[in-house]
Amino acid sequence: MSARDAIMGKLRKTLGAGADDATRRETVAKRLAKPPKGIVPERGQGSDAHKVKLFCQMAEAVAASVTRVRSPERVPKTVSDYLRAKNLPASVRMGADRRLKAMPWDKLKSLELKYGPSDGFDEVGVSHAFAGIAETGTVALLSGKDNPSTVNFLPEHHIVVVDAKDIAGDLETVLSGLRRKFGKGGMPRTLNFVTGPSRSGDIEQKIILGAHGPRALHLIVVG
Amino acid sequence: MEVTSPTFKQNAVHALHDAQLQKALGNVRAGFIDKRRKAADALPEFDALRDAARDIKDHTLAHLDLYLEAYEQKVTDSGGHVHWAETAEDARRIVLDICRMQNARTVTKGKSMITEEIALNDFLQLAGIKAVETDLGEYIIQLRNEHPSHIIAPAVHVNKDQVEADFRRVHDYLPDDRDLTEPETLLDEARRVLRAQYFEAEVGITGANFLVAETGSSVIVTNEGNGDLTQLLPRVHIVIASIEKIVPTLNDVSQILRVLARSATGQDMSVYTTLSTGPRRKGDPDGPEQYHVILLDNGRTSMLGTEFQDMLRCIRCGACMNHCPVYHAVGGHAYGWVYPGPMGAVLTPSLIGVDKGGHLPNASTFCGRCESVCPMRIPLPKMMRHWREREFERGLNPATQRYGLKIWAAFAKRPRLYNFVTSMAIPLLALFGGRKKRFSFLPLAGGWTRHRDLPAPESRTFMQQWRERESGKQRAAA
Ligand code: SF4
Repeated sequence: MSARDAIMGKLRKTLGAGADDATRRETVAKRLAKPPKGIVPERGQGSDAHKVKLFCQMAEAVAASVTRVRSPERVPKTVSDYLRAKNLPASVRMGADRRLKAMPWDKLKSLELKYGPSDGFDEVGVSHAFAGIAETGTVALLSGKDNPSTVNFLPEHHIVVVDAKDIAGDLETVLSGLRRKFGKGGMPRTLNFVTGPSRSGDIEQKIILGAHGPRALHLIVVG
Repeated sequence: MEVTSPTFKQNAVHALHDAQLQKALGNVRAGFIDKRRKAADALPEFDALRDAARDIKDHTLAHLDLYLEAYEQKVTDSGGHVHWAETAEDARRIVLDICRMQNARTVTKGKSMITEEIALNDFLQLAGIKAVETDLGEYIIQLRNEHPSHIIAPAVHVNKDQVEADFRRVHDYLPDDRDLTEPETLLDEARRVLRAQYFEAEVGITGANFLVAETGSSVIVTNEGNGDLTQLLPRVHIVIASIEKIVPTLNDVSQILRVLARSATGQDMSVYTTLSTGPRRKGDPDGPEQYHVILLDNGRTSMLGTEFQDMLRCIRCGACMNHCPVYHAVGGHAYGWVYPGPMGAVLTPSLIGVDKGGHLPNASTFCGRCESVCPMRIPLPKMMRHWREREFERGLNPATQRYGLKIWAAFAKRPRLYNFVTSMAIPLLALFGGRKKRFSFLPLAGGWTRHRDLPAPESRTFMQQWRERESGKQRAAA
């Protein structure tokens, strides 16, 4: 007997004993087809302005830095200001995201743009978020050539652009958005929810920023 | 790993005399309790979410076979491989086979209690494969040749000067004047060393906080980013998870996430929550080429349908040990196997047998704090009592201890009387504890206190304080 059959056999013996199998199957199929929404915190509900404000507040509370700009055209300048303020080399790594590509990077003559996944030698990576989540100050990032997952983890500094209109009050709204984008039950290869820069409390419970992922997370909220 | 749970008493005595350990354990009391309370208090829906989280897991456990089936189908659809393992040995064998097919010499590991449970590192080592722990705490204890003493803070028993000594011993190429006196400089050194390992490894192994039936995804929840580098950079990603990690849908994950980080570290959300679904896809510039999931039973099916089923709701947040006076006094290693604290006291006898782990449920003052903070509302004291009764029936306890417990049990069955007697006794006991607030003897529980001190209670019982706090809350809400 295979291990699968053995484990399933034990489970069925305990769980299915006497119970109506058809009903059990129906219950499961129903839940998978129509996931119940559950309890969604009030905190993130309200006007769009409230959501954006809360998102920024929550992100700053977990040691991310935030800049708000009016339009995508302002993003390259904001990135270059960040690099200068942190004394970083004028070079950024990013994927093929069209929203990023459409920005006027060429106006910044001295800025080097490297496209593709990170090789581990990048000081700064730039990504475009799929969404933001106000209740926790989280950004959601999808893998793929547009925003390679390595850009989220290998650079020392991670800059994430998020459209204000994509900032949802709660996680469930973003999950619904994913279902719309990828079809029911579909997912990107990697979905990263990122809430602040990496950290560790493993030595004497003292929290230190910059563990194995980026030491700094900078969010640029557009709109 | 060698099981030392049967000598819990001696382990505890040893722990109480270990000055380094006692110093380090202060960080548990200081580091977790307030943070959790603040995070919980800041979310009005927190207690309702705990109910929801409990109900989700109960529902899942009642339909576990069907959700596992659905999950397996989804993983396969997304190009991943599912392997089933009945025992620890089976799981180790599957890991080794995958590694051999890759000619792997180095594997990196994200933090995972399940790989501790199956003692994977030693096994791989014997097979000539280097297993590198990449979580800072895990890395430290791997250098020290130890096991985790806490399920989310594996090196909580170590002080920074000990870490410095370990780094100097193993990273012997470092110049003497290199500063390693602070957590920051130690972390930098670990980060530098481990960066190279992520790129070198052929296989990355992680556990999973959740497996999602709706999408076939594995979920890891971390703060350091090491787990992500472990599953992202090597050619092959292996996920090892026990079967009860399944949850039905993404929405269910969301509900439980809201109680997980708050209960564990007092964060609203951990830094990285990552869902992985299958291997690298066409056009993907990064990600593993192969994605394997090993679904491990190792005793879970035998807990289902018994009085220990509720334990399968556990999400390994660590809150029960963070709030446990016994854990505060003796630390995690005294428990003698992988899982310490109240959750370990219940789980260990279930997984390795009552003859080896049966002493652990005695390591409890029945103060009830573990249950009161458990996000999954697991009745830990009740289950410890079940084990005690079983051990008692088997006559494994010395007669005096049995006698004491019998009296205690008589009280415990009459909660009003018990509350009355303890409310009388506790101020008295606080006196016994003296200035140091520690007891060296406790009436009726000589078997326990003969060899160790217990922290003396505050002059009100936990239940009294709890009720005051709760009624305060209600007043505030009204
Ligand atoms: S028993 Fe409860 S408190 Fe303890 S680790 Fe498990 S979920 Fe957390």
